[in-house]
Amino acid sequence: MGKLKSVAELESLRAQVLAAPDRPVVRVCLGPGCLAQGADKVSRAFKAAIQERNILADVQPLIKETGCHGFCSQGTLVNLYPSDLFYVQVKPADVPEIVDQTLREGKVVERLLYADNGARYRSAAEVPFYKLQHKVILKNVGLIDPLDIEDALKAGAYRSLVKALTQKTTDQIIDTVTIAGLRGRGGGGFPTGFKWRKVVENARENPGPVFIVANGDEGDPGAFMDRAIMEGDPHAVLEGMAIGARAMGAEQGYLYVRAEYPFAVRTLNIAIEQARALGLLGQDILGTGFNFDVQINRGAGAFVCGEETALLASIEGRVGEPVTRPPYPVEQGLWDRPTVINNVETWANVPHIIDHGAQWYAGVGVPHSTGTKIFSLVGKVKNSGLVEVPMGITLGAIVEEIGGGVPGKERFKAVQTGGPSGGIIPYEFKELPPEDLKLDKVGLQPRGFMPMELKNLPVDFDSLAQAGSIMGSGGMIVMDDRDCVVDVARYFLRFLEEESCGKCLPCRLGLKGMQEFLNNFSQGKGAPADIDALASLGMALVDGSLCGLGRTAPNPVLTSIRYFRDEYLAHIVDHKCPAGVCRDLITYRIDADICNGCTLCAKNCPQACIAGANKEPHTIDQDACIRCGVCMDVCPVDAVVVA
Amino acid sequence: MQTARQDIDTILERYPRHPQHLINLLQDVQAEYSYISPEHLTLICDHVGVPVTQAWSVATFYKSFSLEPRGEHEIKVCLGTTCHLKGGQRLAEACERNLGVARGQTTADLRFTLDTVNCLGSCALAPVVMIDNDYLGRATIRNLKKRLDESDDGSD
Ligand SMILES: Cc1cc2nc3c(=O)[nH]c(=O)nc-3n(C[C@H](O)[C@H](O)[C@H](O)COP(=O)(O)O)c2cc1C
Ligand code: SF4
Ligand code: SF4
Ligand code: SF4
Ligand code: FES
Ligand code: FES
Repeated sequence: MGKLKSVAELESLRAQVLAAPDRPVVRVCLGPGCLAQGADKVSRAFKAAIQERNILADVQPLIKETGCHGFCSQGTLVNLYPSDLFYVQVKPADVPEIVDQTLREGKVVERLLYADNGARYRSAAEVPFYKLQHKVILKNVGLIDPLDIEDALKAGAYRSLVKALTQKTTDQIIDTVTIAGLRGRGGGGFPTGFKWRKVVENARENPGPVFIVANGDEGDPGAFMDRAIMEGDPHAVLEGMAIGARAMGAEQGYLYVRAEYPFAVRTLNIAIEQARALGLLGQDILGTGFNFDVQINRGAGAFVCGEETALLASIEGRVGEPVTRPPYPVEQGLWDRPTVINNVETWANVPHIIDHGAQWYAGVGVPHSTGTKIFSLVGKVKNSGLVEVPMGITLGAIVEEIGGGVPGKERFKAVQTGGPSGGIIPYEFKELPPEDLKLDKVGLQPRGFMPMELKNLPVDFDSLAQAGSIMGSGGMIVMDDRDCVVDVARYFLRFLEEESCGKCLPCRLGLKGMQEFLNNFSQGKGAPADIDALASLGMALVDGSLCGLGRTAPNPVLTSIRYFRDEYLAHIVDHKCPAGVCRDLITYRIDADICNGCTLCAKNCPQACIAGANKEPHTIDQDACIRCGVCMDVCPVDAVVVA
Repeated sequence: MQTARQDIDTILERYPRHPQHLINLLQDVQAEYSYISPEHLTLICDHVGVPVTQAWSVATFYKSFSLEPRGEHEIKVCLGTTCHLKGGQRLAEACERNLGVARGQTTADLRFTLDTVNCLGSCALAPVVMIDNDYLGRATIRNLKKRLDESDDGSD
């Protein structure tokens, strides 16, 4: 198959692919969650088992290795076509049975079906985890073979590009994106159409090339939405970029991918090559005279490079330090030319908007936050993985209905959204305590109050901001009573301090100072007044830092103080960590009634500080114990408890 | 597992002589040799035409680059948010104790390099550790130790 020279040739290729004889398909999820559960071995087992049994030769099932299907906690996931059967927790040893029973005999392997509350579900669509979701961006992720452009074409890829090239003026494309209300998915929620328009205007005033960039740096240390898109449906990103390039007159695009995502780089490289081979990227695309190509830049392991000015510096081969804006990238970006930088998920929205129209898109979600958003729903939640929901859905619906709530006997405590730039939102409604008014005096903006119970809080850009957090890129971490807010705030600060480029003083010193407070608190030191001092230091960072890293860094601290001041006080005044996390404030003990004296803990304790005779209850020497948790980890009967 | 290494000249030839390709070249050399030696750094600088001091600051700014040789096996303990909540720190400490090195360091016998990483995308299986290209999900100190012992007397 050579280059497609016209739209008609593309459509005839698509028709040809669609007309190919129907074959049974085995879809094995090879996303990062399933890979961590041996998905690659499952896929290999399918290939081997099918090859062995050549009875199936006339209807050889196709094995498709797909991107993340979403329900990672149940991996490895296997979806079958045409039966639509959905098997979960598949191990390589289950594969021969699936081949013999289901593929050959058409029988269901009941034990591999997803079961919950006594019910068994045959297909993914029936499973509660998927039912409330609204998949637009993720629709093809988990369905198509990301390494096969023909499979993407079958699912409709590049249809919107054709529409943009043949039925719309460049102005109309930008108008459509603007009216759809698309806001950036990279964290800030900036209106995309507005940015595009600016680039066009700036290029008109100052003629020359313009550039577009996809931000796939995905630095939030608990989020993998962009990875799922890049690995599961790479052509959606390329198509979105091509449409944007058309609208803005760009001929070169850059795709900046996080260092830790070699799989995404490989997938995107293959997708780019396949698109070039078909003439969907390159010169004179589909004979329309439109030229556009994409280059991949691999990140090199610096969170701050997700910030747009730092990212552009990195593409130019320099140290990724943010610079003061203005000038904004839309004025002077790559090589001082107008540049649009959008998040990967933002780009992946574009083809859908062009395909279904602005009205359709604006009809999904709520007025100022349209469309859907992908979240990585993780932490202390039963069903964990990737979810795509319409904007404006309540947090309760996500965590409790889709996520199935908090597992075990612990209570649902809070949700953290927006990663290191976001906040911790409590589950229970909290009246503003009087101390909070004091906080406002030291400068905390009047945002950051819970207007309602968490379960009723709509998930959209503005409601989350009002609650003191941010939408961020889509990390959503569920916390229960065993998670300490002081510890989480301290965790994010340490992360940010390590990642700060150190260029400006407030960020460099402020993060150190804030950490010192939190380190003290976690050791039970400090005075209640220090809490307010910490908050004012945080506000100094918000006001004085050069880039978004420093300006948003205090958010986790400020929200946790606001909503969980009692927990801070428990550390400082009572020298207790109610969640049992902060190491200097807890002890490990062995419950003599449960301990069976197996000696495992004593054998593994790095301090050799556990004593006890064989088959007798053991005890820990608290003076020598370093609270490493090894004993708790190795005890087969859960006799080790934290107090 | 040792395949012939790409010659440094072959790697250099992949990119035009332009400062824009400094990071790409550092990455390719890092991937091929698992560290960037002073000689290679100089060769890269000559190729793309930047002063060694600039390349040095780039190579030290970005975490993916190592200027010292790395161990045969790479252990990456995830300290992303979810893994942190589920005990990633304790796993990292256990590795430090077992290997006798701090995170970021390589054992004296060049067998293991211990690193931490921020989210491997497998949060649903937290805590997660990666040993070379294999994931260990729902890691515990116990199953991690077993895995390490296996790779220590493993295939090579
Ligand atoms: C410290 C820092 C890290 C960031 N990391 C990312 C990131 O990983 N991915 C991303 O898309 N945007 C990130 N951003 C936001 C970008 O600067 C930029 O606003 C965004 O890519 C614009 O795309 P959007 O309008 O489509 O959201 C980060 C910002 C800051 C300040
Ligand atoms: S705020 Fe922090 S990360 Fe941003 S430029 Fe200043 S020092 Fe660097
Ligand atoms: S926490 Fe660690 S040091 Fe303390 S008793 Fe248990 S194994 Fe030993
Ligand atoms: S491992 Fe558990 S059961 Fe065995 S001796 Fe220690 S505390 Fe007792
Ligand atoms: S990786 Fe398989 S469902 Fe997420
Ligand atoms: S936080 Fe460890 S895999 Fe995501």
